Amino acid sequence: MNFSKSFRNTFLVILLSLIVSACATKKTTTTVEGQMQGDVYTGTDTVKYLADGVPDRVFFATNESILTTKSRDTLRKQANWLRENSSINVVVEGHADERGTREYNLALGERRANAAKDYLITYGISADRISVISYGKERPVDSGSNPLSWSKNRRSVTVKAN
Amino acid sequence: MIRIINLFFIIFFLLSSKAYSLIEIDITRGNLDPLPIAVSPLFQDDNSKRNSFNELKIENVGSEISLVVENNLKISGLFNPLSKEAFLQKPDIAHLKPRFEDWALIKAQALITGKVTIEDKKLKVEFRLWDILAGREMMALAFTTVPGNWRRVGHIISDKVYERLTGEKGYFDTRIIYVSEEGPKTARVKKLAIMDQDGFNTKYLTLGNELVLTPRFNPTSQMVTYLSYFKNLPRVYLLDIETGTQEVVGDFPGMTFAPRFSPDGKKIIMSFAKDGNSDIYTMDLENRIVERITNHPSIDTSPSYSPDNRFITFNSDRSGFQQIYVMKSDGSNVKRISFGKGLYGTPVWSPRGDLIAFTKLHKGKFYIGVMRTDGSGERLLTENYYQEAPSWSPNGRVLIFYRETKSNDKGEGFSAKLWSIDLTGYNERQVQTETDASDPSWSSLLSN
Repeated sequence: MNFSKSFRNTFLVILLSLIVSACATKKTTTTVEGQMQGDVYTGTDTVKYLADGVPDRVFFATNESILTTKSRDTLRKQANWLRENSSINVVVEGHADERGTREYNLALGERRANAAKDYLITYGISADRISVISYGKERPVDSGSNPLSWSKNRRSVTVKAN
Repeated sequence: MIRIINLFFIIFFLLSSKAYSLIEIDITRGNLDPLPIAVSPLFQDDNSKRNSFNELKIENVGSEISLVVENNLKISGLFNPLSKEAFLQKPDIAHLKPRFEDWALIKAQALITGKVTIEDKKLKVEFRLWDILAGREMMALAFTTVPGNWRRVGHIISDKVYERLTGEKGYFDTRIIYVSEEGPKTARVKKLAIMDQDGFNTKYLTLGNELVLTPRFNPTSQMVTYLSYFKNLPRVYLLDIETGTQEVVGDFPGMTFAPRFSPDGKKIIMSFAKDGNSDIYTMDLENRIVERITNHPSIDTSPSYSPDNRFITFNSDRSGFQQIYVMKSDGSNVKRISFGKGLYGTPVWSPRGDLIAFTKLHKGKFYIGVMRTDGSGERLLTENYYQEAPSWSPNGRVLIFYRETKSNDKGEGFSAKLWSIDLTGYNERQVQTETDASDPSWSSLLSN
């Protein structure tokens, strides 16, 4: 690519990009190891909080709507918080990653949101206080096309409705 | 189908020529040698040119129409329109009586000639199709329309020529409805858009204020059904493209999605999600009666009727993973038909009735393929990083679908585009759209 024109610039760019990519590679490897269990996201990058210590979202494995131990823990915290704040209603949003057909993903997002809702109900929250909406793969939180990005996008998010 | 076309070409050449026919076409190969065709500019006299300019701001609309025809024939992959620079005969004289030797000299096997006049705000077109080797006229047609319809005239001529030479109905006088996409992946703005099959005359039908997905044409009218997140309530809507009126379909207490019309246009079939479970329902558009078609704790979605309305193919994960099923249209006799390796989605029944097109996901790759309606004869037409949602051309010969590119860690490099491919697996090409695009649906022929 364009060696004849500006060999020196190209050389510098290559050198720089080598350094950058070397750093990037190292970083990604360690973060992926620390942030996924199987293919379920376990990091906190994208997580917001309904209140102090009450994470707003849980993550799922590919094609799954089963709640992990960590997800159940998060949802119990949400249930406790909802019990203490009985005037607040919530919407549980279900999401999928981009590696699936659009219509199936809408159904999958619905299933994930309901898995979270059902767990909240089990812990004493009235069904009237929880509505669900599926966005399928339409609202990713991370726009990368790699396993870590996808794991952040396979989620259900509990959002205050009022 | 390819056999029918080959057969027809053979008959055509046998009739027309003894010497060249079998040399020109090698039917043992998988694809076709495109037929060399000369599209002479449609002749227009000076008076008509002046009227044309006044009406359309285009001086030589005859020439423009011939370009529409040429482009259609070329993108079909079945024709090779020859360069006009090589043409020896003038358009007006050729239209009266071509000198066949001149056209044979440039290796044309068929010739289209024509004449256009614009008078009293009417566009009159006549055209003829000539068999060069046999030295005879194959077809002559004339019609009148409003000048603004000149591109459609080109599409109708293309359809007539295609039909005469392949024995099958064309698909050029058609439109594509799709979802126009703009903005970053995390905040994508989506609008319904409609355009002619060749990418011209794009119109936006929604403003992008709410998320819209999966528009589908009614095969019998200018109605469209689609999913809209209006007021954050994802529901199936019905839109009349002529009048712009829209209404929600049915009164469901949860998300309805994956809509499609029945082939007679009288029903909408779709999924309804209740308590996290999606089943298939229909609603009769006349009496508004809702019927539940499937009742299973798995996801049932992406339903599509057979052209005779007797069967429905759909996507379900009742086996544990996404697979394709067929049932009677009352919901009985459910049978799984996809058994290959990988996941299968978006089944859609061919308008000819014999095939089901689908999306397949296997080992991180996405495929568009077809199989017979009993699941046999699976054939993958194209492999890519991401592609899905095939829609059939009304003659069942071409599939249009959308394809997405991979983005880097910052989300850069992402695009969504429409592509088409022949049922033969050949002639894969990008369909031009003004913006990024997805979820295409092909209309029926607008005229017959």
